Amino acid sequence: MTTPAPVETIDPSAVAGQKLVEKFPGAVTADERPGYSGWVISAEKLTEAAAFIHDELGYDLLSSVTGVDYLEEGKMEVVYHAYQTTGGPALVFKVRVAREDPVTVPSVTPIWVGADFQEREIWDLYGIRFEGHPDLRRILMWEGFAGHPMRKDWKEAFHEEEVKPFKSRWPGGEHIFAENRTAYGDNVSFEAGFDPEKWIPTDPEEALYASLKKYKTEVIDGIPTDHILVNMGPQHPSTHGVFRAVVMLDGENVVSLKPVMGYLHRNHEKIGERNTWLQNMPFTDRLDYFNSMSNNWGYSLAVEKLMGIEVAERAEYLRVIMAELSRIQNHFILIGMLMNDLGAYFTPALYAFEERELILDIFEAASGSRMMCNYHRFGGVVRDVPEEWMKKIHGLVFDRLPGKIDEFDRLLTENELFVSRLKGIGVLTPEQAVNTSMTGPMLRASGIPYDIRRADPYGIYDRFDFNVAVRYNGDMYDRYLIRVDEMRESLKILEQALKQIPEGPVNSQKPSYITKVPAGEAYGRIEAPKGELGYYVVSTGKPNPYRYHVRAPSFINLTSLEMTCVDEKIADFVALLGAVDIVLGELDR
Amino acid sequence: MTPNELNSPDYDIPEELQNVVAITTLDKIYNFGRRSSIWPMMFGLACCAIEMIAAQASRYDLARFGMEVMRPSPRQCDVMIVAGTVTKKMLPAIVRLYNQMAEPKYVVSMGACASGGGPFKEGYNVVAGIDKFLPVDVYVPGCPPTPQALVYGLIKLQEKIDKQSIKQVRWYQKGPDSVEVPIPMLGPDLIDPRRIPEIKAKAAELANPPAPAEESAA
Amino acid sequence: METYGKGILKGLMVTAKHFLDSYLEDIKWWGRKRYFSPEGIAHRGSKDAKGIFTVQYPEEKVPVPEEFRYIPFLVYDEGENGEKDIRCTSCGICAKACPPQCIWIVRGSDPETGKPITQPAEFYIDADICMNCGFCSEYCPFDAIKMDHDYEIASYGRNLLDINNLLKSSKYYAEIRPLNNALEEAARAEKAAAKAAKAAASG
Repeated sequence: MTTPAPVETIDPSAVAGQKLVEKFPGAVTADERPGYSGWVISAEKLTEAAAFIHDELGYDLLSSVTGVDYLEEGKMEVVYHAYQTTGGPALVFKVRVAREDPVTVPSVTPIWVGADFQEREIWDLYGIRFEGHPDLRRILMWEGFAGHPMRKDWKEAFHEEEVKPFKSRWPGGEHIFAENRTAYGDNVSFEAGFDPEKWIPTDPEEALYASLKKYKTEVIDGIPTDHILVNMGPQHPSTHGVFRAVVMLDGENVVSLKPVMGYLHRNHEKIGERNTWLQNMPFTDRLDYFNSMSNNWGYSLAVEKLMGIEVAERAEYLRVIMAELSRIQNHFILIGMLMNDLGAYFTPALYAFEERELILDIFEAASGSRMMCNYHRFGGVVRDVPEEWMKKIHGLVFDRLPGKIDEFDRLLTENELFVSRLKGIGVLTPEQAVNTSMTGPMLRASGIPYDIRRADPYGIYDRFDFNVAVRYNGDMYDRYLIRVDEMRESLKILEQALKQIPEGPVNSQKPSYITKVPAGEAYGRIEAPKGELGYYVVSTGKPNPYRYHVRAPSFINLTSLEMTCVDEKIADFVALLGAVDIVLGELDR
Repeated sequence: MTPNELNSPDYDIPEELQNVVAITTLDKIYNFGRRSSIWPMMFGLACCAIEMIAAQASRYDLARFGMEVMRPSPRQCDVMIVAGTVTKKMLPAIVRLYNQMAEPKYVVSMGACASGGGPFKEGYNVVAGIDKFLPVDVYVPGCPPTPQALVYGLIKLQEKIDKQSIKQVRWYQKGPDSVEVPIPMLGPDLIDPRRIPEIKAKAAELANPPAPAEESAA
Repeated sequence: METYGKGILKGLMVTAKHFLDSYLEDIKWWGRKRYFSPEGIAHRGSKDAKGIFTVQYPEEKVPVPEEFRYIPFLVYDEGENGEKDIRCTSCGICAKACPPQCIWIVRGSDPETGKPITQPAEFYIDADICMNCGFCSEYCPFDAIKMDHDYEIASYGRNLLDINNLLKSSKYYAEIRPLNNALEEAARAEKAAAKAAKAAASG
């Protein structure tokens, strides 16, 4: 009997890369830097190559567009991560351009609409112009802000030293308030000779209103008609945080919509470049502040890839348990808040908050804090869950939560008011969803069964038996139903994880506040409850990241907001925004 | 409030009338009315907002303290709980909302970010504490403060109100605090209208640095 | 034929059940104290929680678990004469590990010789920057800085804590974190025993 020949695993992205090189000889080269992967495409051929990647090679989901500033080499780079919705690893391709102003790169928005907001962000923070972009304005900072903040030679007002830890804290730790050592006594800086009395304030929103102007006046049936411009937010009961949408209305119908973001831009990435690797962990908690357990995991994945270390067995199971509990409480709250937006003011939300409080008690006992858990470390988790709390998790998962999810179902799913408000509203076709880089439950509600836990498994998700929840109509009702489905699938995973969890250490590394990360780049992504949460990190071997970028699902899922809202009523806009499930912490970073 | 707390101790009320009559001061009634029904503004900026909503939800019910409803409209509320990081882009909106609130109004700075910039203090878009622009009454540290910590902070606010006197409250005085806070402008960086002369002088100084000290010493 | 309104009725049944439970639960607890007692608070945080879920702060407080972390504090051991033996040696690891860099330490120095001593001269924590992450206490090699449980620290001014506000005794630490304290005491005793054995073997 002959032994069967060993099966060779084919890396589909390597195959795709080879085809790319063959099609564009001379313009596409492999990225040879140590620790890096992917293909470098020259700027002139980018649009053609992008069309080839999308049409011929089948990479229809453009997940992430990141800008990197290589100051010493004098180059700026734009990194693209593209995926096939049939599953598999990423095709990473990059463009490198010289760092002299004006820095220009062709835009890929004609091919993938989802690159829209991300390219605006790179223009805002790095100053790279994208030719062919339909509306290149600043997105996170306001128009008129001086400079492009993420560039390596741009220093903020409270800048102390390049990297932490600062020498001023120890050993010479005389306390001084940061305000007292800056020139202007506060976190502001102006160029020398600036005269605020002579400065004429230009309207930071001029460009925004100009882009909506084309809908302004019309003459319908001989009667001059005007469309009303309404600003919803940033202080608004239903915008889930400080988000602003400028809506052009024809009576009650939405004609056009432009989102305005950046009201919670907390400079996560700039601070991330100054922090050491471990110091970034509590900052990731504050991205999607409902699911800090998931955020920690994405970051640990990216850094553990670079470090090349294994994660302890028990820690893998603990990570899954915490992440799935986090997903359940997130979906509970989302449905509760969606009900708030629809007018069922607070009863379903209060029931949801009750379940959330019980889950948060578990997070508090395991990690020390209800919301900002800071639980993951590189190689595992920080500490084990005490025995009595494991019993409580058992009690919740096996006895309480299934009944509560069914109760929520009974309360809401067949409610006639609910159904008439949601059915058929805001339909997003599968092609539109994929093209606008939608990920997460919104994508699966439109019929594409893409779940990273199945398509590109991380951790130990390949050991669990669960279904990928999918719905096919793409309207609001399906977006609600899919969250209930996902909660039930999460319970399945939790039951299996609780039964299979082994004993053992919870971290494969020794506790240390100094982490050695070899040079290279990595992209770690997870299926967060809101979508695909990805972390792109570049290391030069130093104690701090060279580039640290968060691919935020809330930010990119909003690309399709205008598409779904046009021709709906303004009351439906509120519900549509609620169903996208945005969290401002990760939207604005 | 029991009759004992409301009663001024200077007056002797006959036995038979003690359950019927109370003699009190205007200050006490004024404070009692305000401290028992403070309506917070639904003003969550970031993560602390979630703990604020959790404090309003069923487990740590704020309605027991009279903070019955959270109104998004500034005209209808009494206390602005600044929950979350204050960014420069959002600051003009915050100051405008504060100006629109009707007196008597209070500000509670919830969390590390609103009190002093928090972990994001070094950011280029972050204002290092809301007390640079608005007068804050209570600071609640924590990141985020647990709902019980926030409730403790609000109890401290109630205690502060109990000690106020109509003759000395800020909104009945004349002076800089009793007018509206001028709204900051978003230029090349945040411009605080109250500090414009300072900024002009400093920027001019940086453009033309004074002669070096060696010259004057020699 | 479909009944129109059946879905709404189903939902109303759920709400009615919650409403009735709030009375039935109180009746079930007849004879025991459902409010203002630890068993009552524990019941309202367990998987069988039904009925009224409110924990009436400040009269009832939800107990915090041992691992709860709020603002850090410095631990001192009480000597026989009541003097405070501060464990901190001003090594600076907490200041280096702190993500928002909210710890300022001035190393103590001997007043006569000017050489550094293992005591901090000044120690500041800006609680308006602290993000309660716990790295300082996690990486302190001397068990000198630990995370407090006290969350009732709202005040009328800013919170810059200096060494006097930060010192709390090790008895207090043993009360709030008994399990961790026991593990650390055992580790210290082991180290001391190993050191003594080594000294005895060599001496």
